[in-house]
Amino acid sequence: MMQSVTYRKLKNHLMSGLMLVCTLAVLIPLGLIFFHILKMGLSSLSLDFFTHVPAPTGEPGGGMANGMFGSAIMIAGASLIGLPIGILGAIYLSEFGGSRVSTVIRFAADVLSGTPSIITGMVAYTLLVVPMKGFSGLAGSVALAMIMIPIVLRTTEEQLKMVPGSLREASLALGVPFWRTSLKVTLRSALSGVLTGILLAVARIAGETAPLLFTALGNQFWSKNVLQPMAALPLQIFSFAIAPYEDWHRLAWAGALVLVTVMFALSLTARYFGRTRQAG
Amino acid sequence: MELEMRSCCTHETDGSAAASKRTEPALARKLGGDAVFRYLTTIFAFSILAILALMLYEMAGESLPAIKEFGWNFVKSKEWDAVQGHFGALPYLYGSVVSSVLALLLATPLSIGAALFITEIAPGRLGSLVAPLVELLAAIPSVIYGLWGVLVMAPWLQSTVQPYLIEHFGFLPFFDGAPYGVSMLAAIFILMIMVVPIITSITREVLLAVPQSQKEAAIALGATRWETIRVAILPYGKSGILGAAILGLGRAIGETMAVTMVIGNAPNISLSLLSPAYTMPSVIANEFAETTSKLHASALMEIGLILMVVTLIVNALARLLIWSVSRSAKGGVA
Repeated sequence: MMQSVTYRKLKNHLMSGLMLVCTLAVLIPLGLIFFHILKMGLSSLSLDFFTHVPAPTGEPGGGMANGMFGSAIMIAGASLIGLPIGILGAIYLSEFGGSRVSTVIRFAADVLSGTPSIITGMVAYTLLVVPMKGFSGLAGSVALAMIMIPIVLRTTEEQLKMVPGSLREASLALGVPFWRTSLKVTLRSALSGVLTGILLAVARIAGETAPLLFTALGNQFWSKNVLQPMAALPLQIFSFAIAPYEDWHRLAWAGALVLVTVMFALSLTARYFGRTRQAG
Repeated sequence: MELEMRSCCTHETDGSAAASKRTEPALARKLGGDAVFRYLTTIFAFSILAILALMLYEMAGESLPAIKEFGWNFVKSKEWDAVQGHFGALPYLYGSVVSSVLALLLATPLSIGAALFITEIAPGRLGSLVAPLVELLAAIPSVIYGLWGVLVMAPWLQSTVQPYLIEHFGFLPFFDGAPYGVSMLAAIFILMIMVVPIITSITREVLLAVPQSQKEAAIALGATRWETIRVAILPYGKSGILGAAILGLGRAIGETMAVTMVIGNAPNISLSLLSPAYTMPSVIANEFAETTSKLHASALMEIGLILMVVTLIVNALARLLIWSVSRSAKGGVA
């Protein structure tokens, strides 16, 4: 380092500036996306959006009520399947698993959560849609559950590992069986962190579209039967966005605004739980 | 019977072993419940491996007819004709590779710059404001990026960027042709916007795992902030940052909705970035629900299988690289 101090200082400033530029380049397109969702979404949002099904082609008005309902049903179904598997699997990893087995499972979960979500759709299609001879909300739920399980497993395990061993010992010393200790003491003291993971997993699957394309398929009408094709908000945003009708584009923007709002609400709630945990 | 207490949790390793020994007789009586609990959790934990294996098995099984029919020609042929029963995946492979690699080349430097800014340069409060923002952005569903891409970005590219490129750089084969809006270029841009928050937030975690002592040593020698970054931080986090970039690549290859909405969905192999193209996930998304024959479905399955195997390898590699940094950091004296 034989360079002069001024040169080095100058270079320091230059590189710092460059990093600031990078940060702005990252944030500007994302700011624009938000701006357009807010601008187009707010002007397109109406009471009809929450109460009506989509209007037929070319007719103005209509909403995405069936899509929101279908999404809620499928998310609930995915949670029913995915949460017990994810949470109990995490208990195995943190309480029972040998280190090598746990590492393999952890690795598999990480790799699985990076698999394109459209693949889970294809797998659910071959496992459920083909044998049951029809697209269904149930198949959609299973596809979403496959995405949810690795996320819940990893976040729950991290939280369980942070529970001090003395807490488990205290419970065991009182003669509480290990399974009750795990569920009532260990899991409960990690509850806020576990909830954070669950909320983030729900937020993630709420926006998933690709795995629903050939499982739930979508539905223009009210669909309350989980064994039939079912509407979903992200699916409707997709098909309305690529359609050539101005009215449908407006509905898609409104749908995007609702979806982003729900996701951010979930994220912020998750953060709140995460924070109270640290504070407490 | 072996109720292993995790010893990682506290300093009282000896105490916990003694405690579990003491409680054993009482627990043994209730072993019934504990044994069931243990088996149940074991099954659920191993179900992750089962899901992974099942996915590979199903995909491979369903692809078999196409693999038998076309062999290696499947990845070498350009012809995709559902009516005639010819299926060649080359245009989709080409589109996936070009769009995700170019998007990654644009996204990685930006992400590293932004992550360095957040962790090293920004004054404390600003950094802690930007970091969660980037994380929120990484969670936006891809269909929303696609919506914005097809209704805002593509028209803008068509009216402004592409005519400019054609006028000034049209002599290059990359910018040859007419401004369609939806194009390879649009896919590259939207992928870049989508993977940047992901790479940034992982790079940030990697940078935070760099031991403080590394930085202090550099600062103690009189290094400027940039020199500290260059000699102490970047080399230390190198493999983790590479892992973050590769993870971004995995996301870009598998990204379905946003790309399907902006790439134009035409199975071309063209050097021009302005012409519409197609990717592996996009053709699955567009055609899978309406396959015309068993062979058509099987060909799409084979594309899915290729996609899955590629992303599995890419993700496994990325995870190993990221783990190598965060684990060595935990082991260090920091």
